[in-house]
Amino acid sequence: MSNALDEIVTLIAPLNRKGVAVTPSSTFATDLEWDSLTVMDFVAEMEDHFDIIIPLNLLPDLETVGQVADAVNTLIEKKNG
Amino acid sequence: MADLFDKFDPMIRAREALGFEDTSPIDVVMEQIISPTEAVIKGKRTILAGTNNYLGLTFDPRCIQAAHEALDAAGTGTTGSRVLNGTYTGHKALEAAIANLYGAQHCMVFSTGFLANMASIGTIAGKDDVIVIDADSHASIYDACKMSDATIVRFKHNDADDLDKRLRRLGTGANVLIVIEGLYSMLGDKAPMKELVEVKNRHGASLMVDEAHSLGVFGETGCGVVQEAGVMHDVEFVVGTFSKSVGTIGGYCVSNHPKFEILRLAARPYMFTASLPPSVVASALKAIEILGSEPQHREKLWRNARQLHEGLTRAGFNLGAAPSPVVAVKIDDRDMAVRLWEQLLNNGVYVNLAMPPATPQGLNLLRCSLSAAHTEEQVKTIVDTFERLARSNSVLSQPAA
Repeated sequence: MSNALDEIVTLIAPLNRKGVAVTPSSTFATDLEWDSLTVMDFVAEMEDHFDIIIPLNLLPDLETVGQVADAVNTLIEKKNG
Repeated sequence: MADLFDKFDPMIRAREALGFEDTSPIDVVMEQIISPTEAVIKGKRTILAGTNNYLGLTFDPRCIQAAHEALDAAGTGTTGSRVLNGTYTGHKALEAAIANLYGAQHCMVFSTGFLANMASIGTIAGKDDVIVIDADSHASIYDACKMSDATIVRFKHNDADDLDKRLRRLGTGANVLIVIEGLYSMLGDKAPMKELVEVKNRHGASLMVDEAHSLGVFGETGCGVVQEAGVMHDVEFVVGTFSKSVGTIGGYCVSNHPKFEILRLAARPYMFTASLPPSVVASALKAIEILGSEPQHREKLWRNARQLHEGLTRAGFNLGAAPSPVVAVKIDDRDMAVRLWEQLLNNGVYVNLAMPPATPQGLNLLRCSLSAAHTEEQVKTIVDTFERLARSNSVLSQPAA
């Protein structure tokens, strides 16, 4: 079982303009105050970092940092077969 | 139970925070249209520099006459879908004319450009397919993706290497439809068409190019950026709109795909809406003939575009892209963008105020679009008004004495 959470939190840091403490329950829209474009740009960054594809179709279900980490873990496992 | 509209509270607050003194963009009413480039707004004669009326054909006497004749001959509307009673001789003639312009086998006409994207993107790519879109795609492309059952992937704006990387990650399993635009409407930057086509061909994907802002603007006969780049026959689908260079409303998709016509039975935004009124079809047909055969409008448009771009650059503004008929002035501070937009309007120049999330990179833009119908004098007035107001607001420093 891979665990992408720590790496995702590190990737969020430069975009964390409000300087909120990032936990698995932090939400992108409310806690981090990211608009939809920022979220999509961040998805691209995670895709490159983990060398995976994160389809935009998943976004409606990814409201918190923890949900994103779970989705990324699943995608990494799928990639590694 | 909460109010259904509570979800809009952040948007309402954001709008209220913008601080327009008197008029916001959604309050603008064109009280009288004087010409393709002038209207009366708030009782004042105003130069229109944000209407996407690239070729200025909205008042072309030939287009108006064709529309009049069709109105008299066929009535005010079709009251029906293309698959019921809504296909007239004019609709078929318009499709034939556009197919002919592109040298393509097939063309379908839709009731708006938005619907053209919904119908073609949303239908062509299904459950087991992948749509790969440019990150800066228009809302109609994003919404078409939402309507489709396909997997949606986004690549970095105008970046062929990034597209290549994502296609490689996707592997070879699924059918891939790549969607890009010819000219991007916010910053006025053009797609690197040859590079993107090369990547597309290498991966065996299909490419759809939205020429909404480039039909009539680029290419020898105005087909768009695909024609200018010499890749027209390497592109599987071209979509576009009649609401810009063509001067009316509607959209189209052309293709050489042998099974293309089945979309007439599969595309719901084509089937379940009324077809274009005969007068709209007639003026669109005339405008398509004009844009294909009269390059002088395109040449004038580009002279105006270069004049505006040079003038604003010389004044010291930071512009969105190389010269094109879309000239976007970047204003760092959002409140200043709002103030300048309103002052431009009050000083007789109408442009578009564009802000995130409608703009990329969080930019605030005073977006201008040129028309072939602008005079040199009008373009000069646009530049002078921008410069004067920007200096009085200290957005530009005062010129050296």
